[in-house]
Amino acid sequence: MEAAGEPGNLAGVRHIILVLSGKGGVGKSTISTELALALRHAGKKVQGKAVHQCDSGWVPVFVDQEQSISLMSVGFLLEKPDEAVVWRGPKKNALIKQFVSDVAWGQLDYLVVDTPPGTSDEHMAVVDTLRPYSPLGALVVTTPQAVSVGDVRRELTFCKKVGLRVIGVVENMSGFVCPHCAECTNVFSRGGGEELARHAGVPFLGSVPLDPELTRSLEEGRDFIQGFPESPAFPALSCIAQKILNEAPVGLS
Amino acid sequence: MEEVPHDCPGVGSAQAGRGASCQGCPNQGLCASGAGAAPDPAIEEIKEKMKTVKHKILVLSGKGGVGKSTFSAHLAHGLAEDENTQVALLDIDICGPSIPKIMGLEGEQVHQSGSGWSPVFLEDNLGVMSVGFLLSSPDDAVIWRGPKKNGMIKQFLRDVDWGEVDYLIVDTPPGTSDEHLSAVQYLAAAHIDGAVIITTPQEVSLQDVRKEISFCHKVKLPIIGVVENMSGFICPKCQETQIFPPTTGGAEVMCHDLKIPLLGKVPLDPRIGKSCDKGQSFLVEAPDSPATLAYRSIIQRIQEFCSLRQPKGENLVGS
Repeated sequence: MEAAGEPGNLAGVRHIILVLSGKGGVGKSTISTELALALRHAGKKVQGKAVHQCDSGWVPVFVDQEQSISLMSVGFLLEKPDEAVVWRGPKKNALIKQFVSDVAWGQLDYLVVDTPPGTSDEHMAVVDTLRPYSPLGALVVTTPQAVSVGDVRRELTFCKKVGLRVIGVVENMSGFVCPHCAECTNVFSRGGGEELARHAGVPFLGSVPLDPELTRSLEEGRDFIQGFPESPAFPALSCIAQKILNEAPVGLS
Repeated sequence: MEEVPHDCPGVGSAQAGRGASCQGCPNQGLCASGAGAAPDPAIEEIKEKMKTVKHKILVLSGKGGVGKSTFSAHLAHGLAEDENTQVALLDIDICGPSIPKIMGLEGEQVHQSGSGWSPVFLEDNLGVMSVGFLLSSPDDAVIWRGPKKNGMIKQFLRDVDWGEVDYLIVDTPPGTSDEHLSAVQYLAAAHIDGAVIITTPQEVSLQDVRKEISFCHKVKLPIIGVVENMSGFICPKCQETQIFPPTTGGAEVMCHDLKIPLLGKVPLDPRIGKSCDKGQSFLVEAPDSPATLAYRSIIQRIQEFCSLRQPKGENLVGS
């Protein structure tokens, strides 16, 4: 077992945020990406966790010219994109540990860690591995419906049990504004996120509406960094990013 | 199986009982002797149990939140509308069990009888089982590693007294990991009819779903077909629009490329989410919705697929 507490490759990382949800498909990856964009927009250098080797380890893949956002994912390690990763828990845990110890993260303001849904191997592994580095906390994502909230409340219990601070709850897919007539429809009900935060006694960070254009531009590899401020999701995400920036302890070098 | 170490190499692995992390594990002797690599006796036990179950369908997706549980629940509702059809719905999503809520059975408890665990019956011909029924509070988190989840799935398949069942629908969590491998392995001798794979139209979904399809091929699980969920949205004021744009042609193009049947496309109707939250059948709450019509057509195609694969008893070719 490697020595715990040795800064190693995470020495230059100021703040670590985990993005969690008990529920699948609520937009953890989308919110992680959008949060990274919003933090970058606020002038910060971000790493979302493909891949070359250097002396200090694997080199993350840079998203933009200025190298202000970089990425690490098992997706970069697959020979073919359709290759299935059919691994049981222990193997997944080992890779997660490697992502922490063997990636040359360099100097970063924020490390945003996107996770799969659930409260199992990956979540325990990432919490255990990152614990020595005192993560800022967890952003917990839900959609407004009761079915989502039903799973996410269990995630909040997980956070409590493993001693992971909850920065707050984000309600995603909170309303859809029709591009043709601007009618706002609550496609996935409403209100669940705020109520969940209240029930669990954690901050409610905000509601992010559905923006198919942002998703489309992310998928089509368009320059979403430029287009991002036009998105209806932008005000909500900037506000959430600002709340996180306010959380960062003063005086951390 | 008792608690295993965090870095358990797996009982079937060449390192079983011999790895550094095996030291101190109560099962070390068993694994080192090679006994762990022998086929699990539960597989035969489950095969026996499954003799009273005519058709077994897995509902899968590489992607989370595409509507697997919603679909599984409504497949169960749809099939059970014929009171002569016995339907069983098994939820093997251990960390995020949504089925009790969607079926309106939150708070129900499982009972033990002489013949095993009794499923919770929504109707006389519709029985449901989920880890959700074993938790005392809706805030309880199931923080289990793979081996413990696998043990639960084994119990669900071996110890639940399903009775005579025409269709067993197995709802799964997203991914291609412990739960999926266990479901396929434990049911290996019992013959699964096939898998229904759920996706939404975007490439981000399809990318994960292609991996799930690859998983099915790897474990030789037949694919009944793909359902494209959240396929278009009818704005109540004006016209159809896309909330999850099919940036690479959606499921239609993927199915064409991979030569897999597209069972149907279900549009996004906000009433679906509301029905699920209330624990009601959407098919009954909104019988005229284009989504209901799509569901019914898909259910019929699944029934047709299954009827071509009548169980043949002992001569079955297992997966």
